[in-house]
Amino acid sequence: MNVQPTTNALQEKKYIRSNEPVFWGLFGAGGMLTAFLTPVMVLVTGLLIPLGIIDADHLSYDKLHGFASSWYGAAIILVLVALPLWHTLHRIFHSLHDLGIKRGRDWQQVICYGFAFAVSVFVFTLLLQMLTQ
Amino acid sequence: MSTQATHAQQAVVDKVIEIEILRYRPEQDEKPFPQGFEIPYHPDMSILEALQYIKDHLDSSVSFRWSCRMAICGSCGLMVNNIPKLGCKAFLRDYYPQKVTLEALANFPIERDLVVVMDDFIKKLEEIKPYIIPERDEKCLSEGTYQQTPEQMEKYAKFSMCINCGLCYSACPQYGLDKSFTGPAALALLARYNRDSRDAGSAERMKIVNQEQGVWSCTFVGYCSVVCPKGVDPAAAIQLLKVESSKDYLIGMFKPD
Ligand code: SF4
Ligand code: FES
Repeated sequence: MNVQPTTNALQEKKYIRSNEPVFWGLFGAGGMLTAFLTPVMVLVTGLLIPLGIIDADHLSYDKLHGFASSWYGAAIILVLVALPLWHTLHRIFHSLHDLGIKRGRDWQQVICYGFAFAVSVFVFTLLLQMLTQ
Repeated sequence: MSTQATHAQQAVVDKVIEIEILRYRPEQDEKPFPQGFEIPYHPDMSILEALQYIKDHLDSSVSFRWSCRMAICGSCGLMVNNIPKLGCKAFLRDYYPQKVTLEALANFPIERDLVVVMDDFIKKLEEIKPYIIPERDEKCLSEGTYQQTPEQMEKYAKFSMCINCGLCYSACPQYGLDKSFTGPAALALLARYNRDSRDAGSAERMKIVNQEQGVWSCTFVGYCSVVCPKGVDPAAAIQLLKVESSKDYLIGMFKPD
């Protein structure tokens, strides 16, 4: 008698697949980049150049502009900007939940990932413009 | 020799340790309140033994769960100074001379004193289909057992050591925030069956994993693995399942079911 409803309940159970793998993938890749590259960047721009160990000329506007205007330079810059950004906003989105801010999770998601998306597209267009100039 | 031992014993017995228990008896207390006890201190006395001393000598109304006294049954979980522990595996010597505060496991409703309602946890353990689902059902007993190499066993052995004590649920901030999360022990158990070479139920269980309330409520805090008394490492199990779920997501994009 009791078995029937239970089996029905089990069969009726609906599983909804989360889209999180997409954001988790970007989060992971961005985190990896940030973890490896931030210390190097801090070392170069914060210590080695001010101390004169590396010639500041290597990071002059013209040199960097040239780098950003090459296709491989543009690709590297896009990855360096976009991935850590997706990482950061994913983290912020989950931190809002951790802080117990339950209201408007949908909007929080749209704003967080929307921002990362918008800036990624912006950087992409900017670099594309420089490339095709 | 024996007199010396007795003297040493005597010296130790003279020391006392303060134990504070968060009491709650639903029929008479409006809300939980702390009650202090002083008991003789022995360095080899466990928290569970301290509770038994209190129940036998000071206040017989204190309620707590226990059975095996050797970290096997998983029934004596409680908060010791706000950290989830097994009462039988935590010792007074690690706290003395400080006071020890005991509370019911966090993130669970209190049933009475140190006893919690475990129903949600048990339900989650049952939901992940914690049994081997063989490829074909009709294998006859006379055909013998399902065999496995030591390497195949190694893949899941660690995740099979769980004693269902619930300490990891008590440690998990995500479970604390949202009780719909499947949670560490259940997901570790799920990984244990999915990684077993004799099992063919992965596809069924991945549906549970892929949900928001599956692995994706986890933010890899890792405290579950810190408090686990059996070295199960549920956090690692969940990370492995996240990778599986991501692969499953990619496959699902090209081959929707
Ligand atoms: S995974 Fe560890 S902490 Fe969690 S219920 Fe099992 S034994 Fe207890
Ligand atoms: S009494 Fe069995 S685990 Fe502590």
